[in-house]
Amino acid sequence: MVISKKPLHFIIASLVAILPLFSNANPLNDSLVESAEVIKAEQPLHVEGESDVKSEIKAFIKHHLLDSYDFHLFSWKDDSQVEHHVGFPLPIILIDNGLHVFSSSKFHHGESVAESNGNFYKLYHSKIYKTDADGVINYDAEQHATNVKPFDFSITKSVFMMLVVGFLMLWLFSSLGKSYAKNGGIAKGVGRFFEPIILYIRDDIAIPNIGKNYKKYMSYLLTIFFFVWFLNMFGLTPLGVNVTGNIAITAGLAMITYLITTFTANKNYWGHIFWMPGVPTPMKIILAPIELLGTIIKPFSLMIRLYANIVAGHVVLMSIIGLMFIFKNWLGSSLSFFLAFALAMLEILVAALQAYIFTMLSALYFGAGNEEHNHDEAHH
Amino acid sequence: MQIPTIVGAGLIVIGAGLGIGRIGGSAMDAIARQPEASGKIQTAMLIAAALIEGIGFAALFAS
Repeated sequence: MVISKKPLHFIIASLVAILPLFSNANPLNDSLVESAEVIKAEQPLHVEGESDVKSEIKAFIKHHLLDSYDFHLFSWKDDSQVEHHVGFPLPIILIDNGLHVFSSSKFHHGESVAESNGNFYKLYHSKIYKTDADGVINYDAEQHATNVKPFDFSITKSVFMMLVVGFLMLWLFSSLGKSYAKNGGIAKGVGRFFEPIILYIRDDIAIPNIGKNYKKYMSYLLTIFFFVWFLNMFGLTPLGVNVTGNIAITAGLAMITYLITTFTANKNYWGHIFWMPGVPTPMKIILAPIELLGTIIKPFSLMIRLYANIVAGHVVLMSIIGLMFIFKNWLGSSLSFFLAFALAMLEILVAALQAYIFTMLSALYFGAGNEEHNHDEAHH
Repeated sequence: MQIPTIVGAGLIVIGAGLGIGRIGGSAMDAIARQPEASGKIQTAMLIAAALIEGIGFAALFAS
């Protein structure tokens, strides 16, 4: 189905198919989360005795932003202070002199050492390290663990959500496509909602930016738009998944855009980078390295833009919801609730807007790579 | 959180806010002049706003 006659389609399809491998469970650096807290809502000044609520909220937000090896929905404490976790474990796939596959429930939420084919692994600060039977982690001077980390191809929460969204898109759009044949040219079913969006992407994003050979890029643009939009929307649900707020995933998407731009560009693209027309020669030599750097910075900004918007949105939203627990009275909590509601509405807009911007800028870069040689007057 | 970091974050927000505000203002002037082109103007406004927000966020995370 994806191996078509055109090699470009095959390249794009295989790149998207190996996209889940780009996202290992990577905890954010502490400094990134610290600066994310700059954007947080201001904490009220009168809470001296409730610092444990504040630090609990901070820990909760940090845990939400990170990827995890099991799908943890929520946990609750019953009357005897026993904590119950509701969720399901995900498979862990490691390559460490052989393939090790086991369920993440063997880690018991980070407490015990998992054993698989004679090797022992322990979960420490959301990373898997290889240890001995007692689970000894060796630290260096800055309290970083120095154990060996095996190659990690696990199905983490983000990878699982990307697979779910992938199958959802596959089912949704293939049934939309089939409904045209069965219904005489008119779409029928839930997919009808997406037809104007698909036409909008073709008529207002692809054709104005790319021009006459827009068709070879349409599959990628449609995929990336709906993929990013659906993942952003899933991030706003109470499931607590944060896929596009993971810089590894946005880096993978931006890298695919960069690879497609580079490998499907025609001669004019590279000509215009190194020897831009209409500019005096000394300036051309100065501008050429800047333009070359620009080809890397443009996908880099795609990555940062999507990542920062989604992470900032999640952090602010969860901080305002956390404010509800800090104000424990009627007025403060209800005001925080309504503010959180308004912000969640804004986040829904941001989800669609960021998907649109990513797609539009990708189309712009593809169009820049496919420019025709039609300004001969400015040439020497 | 040190004072220079907070001051820097404030400056970034001022910069991004000024930029997007100017774009919004000229977009509104343009729509007032020619209401039938409001679709295209809105699209262009959103694109420019997203680009400015992109650098704003990048700087905010670097601070």
